[in-house]
Amino acid sequence: MLFAGLDMGSLTTKVVIMEDNEVLSWNMINSAEEGELRARKVIAAALEDTDFRLEDIVYIVVTGAGRKSISLAHKQRAPGSCFARGINRLFPTVRTVIDVGAETCTVVRINERGAADDSIGNERCASGTGVFLETMAKLMQMPLEEMARASLLAEGKAEISNMCTIFAEQEVISHVHRDPPTPKNDIIAGIHASMATQVGGLAKRIGIAGDVAFTGGVARNIGFARALEEHLGIRLTIPDEPELVAALGAACIAREEGVRKP
Amino acid sequence: MFVAGIDIGSRGSKAVIMEDSRMVSFSICETGPESSKTARFTIDEALNGTGLSLEDIGYVVATGYGRILVPFAKANVSEISCHARGANWYFPSVRTILDMGGQDCKAINCDENGRVTNFIMNDKCAGGTGRFLEVIADVLQVPLDEIGDLSLKSTQDITFSTVCAVFAKSEALALLRKGVSRSDILAGLHDAIAVRCLNLLKRVVINKDFTVTGGISKNIGMVEKIKNKVGLEPVLAPDPQIIGALGAALFAQEKAQAQSK
Repeated sequence: MLFAGLDMGSLTTKVVIMEDNEVLSWNMINSAEEGELRARKVIAAALEDTDFRLEDIVYIVVTGAGRKSISLAHKQRAPGSCFARGINRLFPTVRTVIDVGAETCTVVRINERGAADDSIGNERCASGTGVFLETMAKLMQMPLEEMARASLLAEGKAEISNMCTIFAEQEVISHVHRDPPTPKNDIIAGIHASMATQVGGLAKRIGIAGDVAFTGGVARNIGFARALEEHLGIRLTIPDEPELVAALGAACIAREEGVRKP
Repeated sequence: MFVAGIDIGSRGSKAVIMEDSRMVSFSICETGPESSKTARFTIDEALNGTGLSLEDIGYVVATGYGRILVPFAKANVSEISCHARGANWYFPSVRTILDMGGQDCKAINCDENGRVTNFIMNDKCAGGTGRFLEVIADVLQVPLDEIGDLSLKSTQDITFSTVCAVFAKSEALALLRKGVSRSDILAGLHDAIAVRCLNLLKRVVINKDFTVTGGISKNIGMVEKIKNKVGLEPVLAPDPQIIGALGAALFAQEKAQAQSK
């Protein structure tokens, strides 16, 4: 029997498909299309090399910012529960998940049973999200991947005191125009450290306990991940596919629900 | 004796010259990268046409974001105190002031003498500041001084879920692509900012004698939205952007008198 977890993010749409209790396949697409269309596309892409079709999926759980109005899903779940379920399957000792996506930052505390105890997110503010880093990469005129590694080569760290993306942009510009200009790598190290303060602050507000996982697309950003580790003073557990944790959790929930109500 | 107040703001710099509690002249200039040069330029603009030179000004008080970098100022006073004092000069009954500047937004309470009794400030987020409106004007390609008028032409209500300038910008772009008019988008954004201002004001005391100062108070669309959200008609100075500089000039007068005694 097939079950699916869909994660409708603001930038990307993810799906994990499970055959009984094993992950059969997954996919991720980058699309600005209407929700239902994106959902169908990503499932079709995940099933492409399998012998299955959409109709073979008996139960679908949808999560993420765009989870409402997805009619092909049987149930909606808040991202917090899905992060908890997903990470618990991958790393049972993790008690805190820090997820940084394109437009969100969420911290979830998980109990011994692998369920979400409490969660906290930024209230529709770009600071501490992928958009912040993307804006900075544009400003530094560098691809995001290059910027991610640049801070690892920094010899110093520029002070970026503003959390607000708009105000931080002005601070970065003033570093670039300084005489002599602040070295690029140092500015980027400052950008990562500033965002780490924001994300780490959110995590500290909810309380950090046990092993901590870092998920979401931004977890692929090695420079930022190091800055966050430095800020929190701990090692972070980063899954191989950090964007898929919520979709995986949704798929696990779909299996439970689907088995219960055949 | 002539005195002057100079307000070096994040975006605009203002100077007011006074003689015996009477305003002689004022100027509004753009803030450049070097505060000391901006200060000199702004005061020269205010002196221009008065027949006075900087040497004729007995006392200068500086305020605003760049106040410590004004070489010819004898003292500096925080812009919060200056806005209260300046607003009190125009409107002695005013007890609540909303100052909407280029990079911050403040709600201030003052007493009958224009002394600050309480204030709250947002300088952490661009939402509700001039910078937000600049970002929006830029993305909609409407000149900044026209957005307020255009917002008043709106025919349908658009609700924005955020005052984050970055997210509001992408939401505005998406609406524009869907064919929503610029005036409706602007009205929705002005509305979101007004809600934010109301929340700031709620953290001090909202008195029926209420004024709005700072560069944004020249935006009639913004003032209209604030009036609707707060439920009070604000009194507005002839040029509400110079209230901080005016307050600084009043402090200069007070300090000059104290010195001569």
